Amino acid sequence: METGSPDDTGTTGIPLAPHPAGPAGEEPVWTGLPPGLLRMRRLLLVVWLGLLTLAAGVLPALFLAPGWAALALLPLALLAWGWVMLGRNWRSWRYAERADDLLISRGVLWREETVVPYGRMQLVEVTSGPVERHFGLASVQLHTAAAATDATIPGLDPAEAERLRDRLTELGEARSAGL
Amino acid sequence: MTGPGAGEGTTGRAADAGRSVPRSPAAPGDAAREKPNHTPPEPPAPTPAPATHPTGPGPATHSTGPEPTTVPPDGDTTGPQPATAPPDGNTTGAGPDQAPVPGDGAKGPTDGAKGPTGGGTGHPSPARPAGTSSGTPGTPQHEPDASPASADGVVERRLHPVTPLRRAWAPVAVLVGWAVHDPDQAQRQLTRLTTTHLLIGLAVLIPAAALYGFLTWWFTHYAVTGTELRIRTGLLFRRTAHIRLERIQAIDVTQPLLARVAGVAKLKLDVIGTGKKDELAFLGADEARALRAELLARAAGFAPETAHEVGEAPARQLLRVPPGVLAVSLLLTGATWGTLLAAAVVPTLLWLATHNLWTVLATALPLVGAAGASSAGRFVGEYDWTVAESPDGLRIDHGLLDRAHETVPPGRVQTVRLVQPLLWRRRRWVRVELDVAGSSNSVLLPVAPREIAESVVARVLPGVTVPTAAELSRPPRRAARCRPLWWRGHGLAVTDAVFASRHGLLRRSLALVPHAKVQSVRLTQGPWRRALRLADVHVDTGANKTVAARLRDAHEAAELLRSQAERSRTGRRDAPPDRWMA
Repeated sequence: METGSPDDTGTTGIPLAPHPAGPAGEEPVWTGLPPGLLRMRRLLLVVWLGLLTLAAGVLPALFLAPGWAALALLPLALLAWGWVMLGRNWRSWRYAERADDLLISRGVLWREETVVPYGRMQLVEVTSGPVERHFGLASVQLHTAAAATDATIPGLDPAEAERLRDRLTELGEARSAGL
Repeated sequence: MTGPGAGEGTTGRAADAGRSVPRSPAAPGDAAREKPNHTPPEPPAPTPAPATHPTGPGPATHSTGPEPTTVPPDGDTTGPQPATAPPDGNTTGAGPDQAPVPGDGAKGPTDGAKGPTGGGTGHPSPARPAGTSSGTPGTPQHEPDASPASADGVVERRLHPVTPLRRAWAPVAVLVGWAVHDPDQAQRQLTRLTTTHLLIGLAVLIPAAALYGFLTWWFTHYAVTGTELRIRTGLLFRRTAHIRLERIQAIDVTQPLLARVAGVAKLKLDVIGTGKKDELAFLGADEARALRAELLARAAGFAPETAHEVGEAPARQLLRVPPGVLAVSLLLTGATWGTLLAAAVVPTLLWLATHNLWTVLATALPLVGAAGASSAGRFVGEYDWTVAESPDGLRIDHGLLDRAHETVPPGRVQTVRLVQPLLWRRRRWVRVELDVAGSSNSVLLPVAPREIAESVVARVLPGVTVPTAAELSRPPRRAARCRPLWWRGHGLAVTDAVFASRHGLLRRSLALVPHAKVQSVRLTQGPWRRALRLADVHVDTGANKTVAARLRDAHEAAELLRSQAERSRTGRRDAPPDRWMA
């Protein structure tokens, strides 16, 4: 594997992968998350709140008066609200690979934007739980020497996650710098 | 001759195979430096060898985790490399191969006469402490890794023979614990206790404790090679730690009160990931000092055979805090009075409310303890605080009863904070705290005039001048709606070298982070701040500390985020190398 010298940490940026990053200093090229994550989260929401709605609608109606079935409106409203919220949250997630650092931006009400220079990465992790695997999703997490660095990109396509991992590793190797 | 050297070599190699070796391009000598570990170990000259070692644990005892995990080649945090030696029920291994070191470990290093005699073959006998510069081997070599034979011809040493005594209290503690846990039973047993029982008990207990202490001491060895400090310990569960010297963040020599009486000291290397078990406790006081000097010289990049000649680098005293000033500074601190007041008021109120002695005692004891720790405890711990400068770092010595000697090599400080309580402002005193990755020490100066403190900070962070209050820019005025009054305490200054952020209205704290130490930059903005067009910028450092510039204008914050990421990326290029004298 090619390892660069510290000298080529300049702003040139080596296009190592099919996704060449925009040069530093210019506006970053943002990438959103694939719709799979939104589908998975909405499905989970519908399943859990659907069960709750059913329980809230049937059980009080059976044991108390039929009028209590109106309680089911509460989880239903929550479901509608959550549906919208998940959509907004999903749209807010985006990341950009620049020549020398990775940007991650997220959040609607509480916005957070993280910049991690490639040289500071200690570890890149690709994780995927059973549900995520079923939906064909994987998340990439970057670790630096600072535990507070919270750089996770959830819900990526596994192939994209692996490409990102390899690219980040390669770039980290080229621009390596320690504590 | 396949000796313990061979065993050492295989475990070393297994460790290297196990972790993915960090190889930073900034240190091109890295590969060459690691070579000694990989070359087939030459048998060390002076060690007779039991050939009973199996060939190590073979390939990678621990792989780098699950498949999708990859490690970029900059594993600065890999600190110690615990090479798990095989738990071969090896009772011969560590015992007889210690022939060169006589029973009294304190004298051990001084019989380094074998060094000069073997000098013709270029065995520099690297593991001798700096104090014993009695004759050096012939051929002077200038590269630290130029003698692979010496890297494996490691001379292992034992700790000070007084060490077993530090565990002598363990059986007593077990007994006391049992008695406290079950007082009735203990009472009954005590009444049945006759002199014979007591004597039999003592006859069993004391030798058992002595044997335990002796065995732990006997099976603990340490050795210094060109690149590593190796600690080998354990009778049944063996453990070998190789700590790389160029990753040293700081070195501490501490002497608890009893250790001072016995003339011994603890030596601790602060490398990220090392724990309490990687301390060398205890060494002779002079030996600990000499070993610290040698480790620092090696970490700094001196050649192995000059490393122990260098001796303790000359130190120039920068500052000594007079006890009177320390006492006054503690009296002028709100925390001291706060805890004392709480310790006096809360139990009284509780007594008036409940008249229950146990409740009062249960709350009063911790409170009194906290009050004591924050006043008398701090005075005792920070008594005679001395800061000295030497080529291998900043030396900090302090303590009235327990003496501690800390060393911070240059370029290892992640953040520095200048803290100024309200009542210190008139006297222009500040307290300087620092964060070093992997180290628990956090105070650089307990109290000092601001000018002197700034000059000391300039030595810890080379090329940094502390921004004055006038240079700090305040948040915009509308921040008052977000945090009334306290918004005035916030301030930010970004210079060529540091990111400086102040907070606090009464007790002001100014945090400095060198750009080269920034690991990541974050911008956060909640709904209220967004309405006011404000945002916070957080800067994360390797010591797990985050410094935040709060309540900045949103545009300014976005710009700061970009430029700070750029500065942190480029700042590293000018940073000093891992080996600062190589």
